[in-house]
Amino acid sequence: MEQIIIRNGHVVDPSSQLNEQADILIRDGLIESIGRDLQIDDAHEIDATGKWIIPGLCDMHVHLREPGREDKETIESGTRAAAAGGYTALACMPNTSPVNDCQSVTQFIIDRAGRTPIGVYPIAAITKNLEGNELTEMGELIECGAVAFSDDGRCVANGEVLRRALEYARRFDRTIIEHCEDLHLAAGGSMHEGTVSARLGLQGIPGLAEEIMVSRDIQICEYVRGRLHIAHVSTEKSVELIRAAKQRGIRVTAEVTPHHLFLTDEAVASFDTNTKMNPPLRSERDRTACLAGLLDGTIDCIATDHAPHTITEKEVEYSLAPNGVVGLETALSLILTHLVHTRKMDLQRLVETMSHAPRKILGIAPVVIATGRVADMTIIDPEKFWVVDPSRLISKSKNTAFRGWTMRGAAEMTIAGGRIAYSG
Amino acid sequence: MPLRNKDILGIAELNVDEIDLILDTADSFSEISQRVIKKVPTLRGKTVVNFFHEPSTRTRISFEIAEKRLSADSINFATSGSSFSKGETLLDTVRNLEAMNADIIVMRHGIPGASHFIASRAHASVINAGDGAHEHPTQALLDMLTIRQHTGSLENLTVAIVGDIDHSRVARSNIFGLVKKKARVILVAPPTLLPHRVDDLGVEVSYDFESVIPKADVIMMLRIQRERQGKVLIPSLREYSRYYCLTPERLKLAPAKVLVMHPGPLNRGVEIDPAVADGPHSIILEQVSNGIAVRMALLFLLGGRSSREQSN
Ligand SMILES: [Zn+2]
Repeated sequence: MEQIIIRNGHVVDPSSQLNEQADILIRDGLIESIGRDLQIDDAHEIDATGKWIIPGLCDMHVHLREPGREDKETIESGTRAAAAGGYTALACMPNTSPVNDCQSVTQFIIDRAGRTPIGVYPIAAITKNLEGNELTEMGELIECGAVAFSDDGRCVANGEVLRRALEYARRFDRTIIEHCEDLHLAAGGSMHEGTVSARLGLQGIPGLAEEIMVSRDIQICEYVRGRLHIAHVSTEKSVELIRAAKQRGIRVTAEVTPHHLFLTDEAVASFDTNTKMNPPLRSERDRTACLAGLLDGTIDCIATDHAPHTITEKEVEYSLAPNGVVGLETALSLILTHLVHTRKMDLQRLVETMSHAPRKILGIAPVVIATGRVADMTIIDPEKFWVVDPSRLISKSKNTAFRGWTMRGAAEMTIAGGRIAYSG
Repeated sequence: MPLRNKDILGIAELNVDEIDLILDTADSFSEISQRVIKKVPTLRGKTVVNFFHEPSTRTRISFEIAEKRLSADSINFATSGSSFSKGETLLDTVRNLEAMNADIIVMRHGIPGASHFIASRAHASVINAGDGAHEHPTQALLDMLTIRQHTGSLENLTVAIVGDIDHSRVARSNIFGLVKKKARVILVAPPTLLPHRVDDLGVEVSYDFESVIPKADVIMMLRIQRERQGKVLIPSLREYSRYYCLTPERLKLAPAKVLVMHPGPLNRGVEIDPAVADGPHSIILEQVSNGIAVRMALLFLLGGRSSREQSN
């Protein structure tokens, strides 16, 4: 029998109405009791005075790269990075090699993930080999453990295919996650089309390329009464479209990445390829609108779009560099530093957007800090100051867009599925 | 006052004092070019590598002449179609250039930011001789020098830049420089050849060439790339010429002292009529000779800088 007692932390969980200082006693992975001055002998004592304790975070948009590109990331390294970032669960995108479009790949991921400390939920492809033509065997994939479907990295270009995917997924009440991008409007671009691209001479990707598809997808979703999730929302118009769709009662949800909340296309002027991602960093106006959307509930959750790439691949001319940045180890600290400490967002909303909402969208069991539940929580040191040093990231890849940023707050301990997954 | 940075990557990074310093220095080098013996020993013992990853004859030759007149040791390192096709990366190239102990690297590359990439990783000074559609600072400096020699000042001049602005590094560098020097810049092009947020560059825009010509002190024509036609940007070169070719008839609309410029190479009969290119308003050949003076000035300002550092 293993007992852990976490003393004097400030426990916040809106789903169990907790917002108070308390001790938490965990026995054999389950929360045995929550209360003041719990008396217990021979338990492993953790002093959480001055710390915040919230339900374990969940990142619903991660590229783990395994199978196929284990030089960039593995299920093992990616989940360790996630645990260090405060995550107790993540969903991994299917654009691996081979693509996760069949049971054997889903099964492989589930098997590998079984050895890791945190929950790994595979998102399977919408179409075979991400080609946008034929639907995958969604039912069997779900039986194997897939939780949602996405062709992320590209948009389902054919409206008929997306319609059928949204319709068919209703049979299983699963979400279709769309990477919204009109490939013709975006073709050849390597940054946001705007003032900065006009200066830099880099070919632009207009916000329009995203908005056209957000609009199309919402209309298809409404027509077939499907469940649609818009990945990495990056423009003001997209936020408006989603807001209006929600008001009409359409089942659409959305995520935003930390880099779209805290960086703009001005960062590209350095020609640092760690500012290159898809969708690209947008204008200040877009950034502000995404943040407002997150705060008013239009955008349901924060997802990192953690996209590891090797230094060799990134250290090239700007337009030749692959898209994407790592994010698992900086997301929580960025939100704490720039939204929570600045009082733009309270801890309840942080829990909602980084823990509850992603699980709800994926249809996986919620984690709740309550007696009798599995212990799954993130202990935050809100006053830990640290500077992002790429070489110290746990992720195999170091392509962060936040090098040198000073952070206030970090995950100090991550308890996932009743076990300590990370201890800082 | 010396230059603030070790590199010349773009006009965007230069302040007005630096631009004036370069133009004044170039003016004094024009004088050397008029001499019988055109060589000075300023850069003796210095190594300048001309790294051209994109074919260029005019700019490369202009740099080579400038380097020779300053007695530098020049090395030409052209990679298009050679080691790059064997998988050599720009990073490998930086290491090679460093191994050659280059003092100054002159570089041309097809992708915006490529010279920034080299500059941030090399000890040598880097002169950007064109990076994709981003900047071509030596061209803008020679253009500003040529205008200044005729008008005495750039302030309050109206300069029309005509052609494929969106894909033109010459246009961008000139816009940055002319706006800094308080000239009025009017960009003239069909909407498809203008950057989407062109208004943010501090310029005026017109789609109608003939309405702009009467206001122009300077008309700067850009080369239209033949590969632009027949896609979605312009239907044909024929239709482009119909609205944007500088013909003798259109030139009649211009003020009497108008200056006609072109960075070359010319598409005669497409964006500029031969009679205009070779006519009395054309200062195109002065641009070519000023190109050497401006490049000498930059090599001098950067080369002199590193020799001072060594003697300390
Ligand atoms: Zn995506």
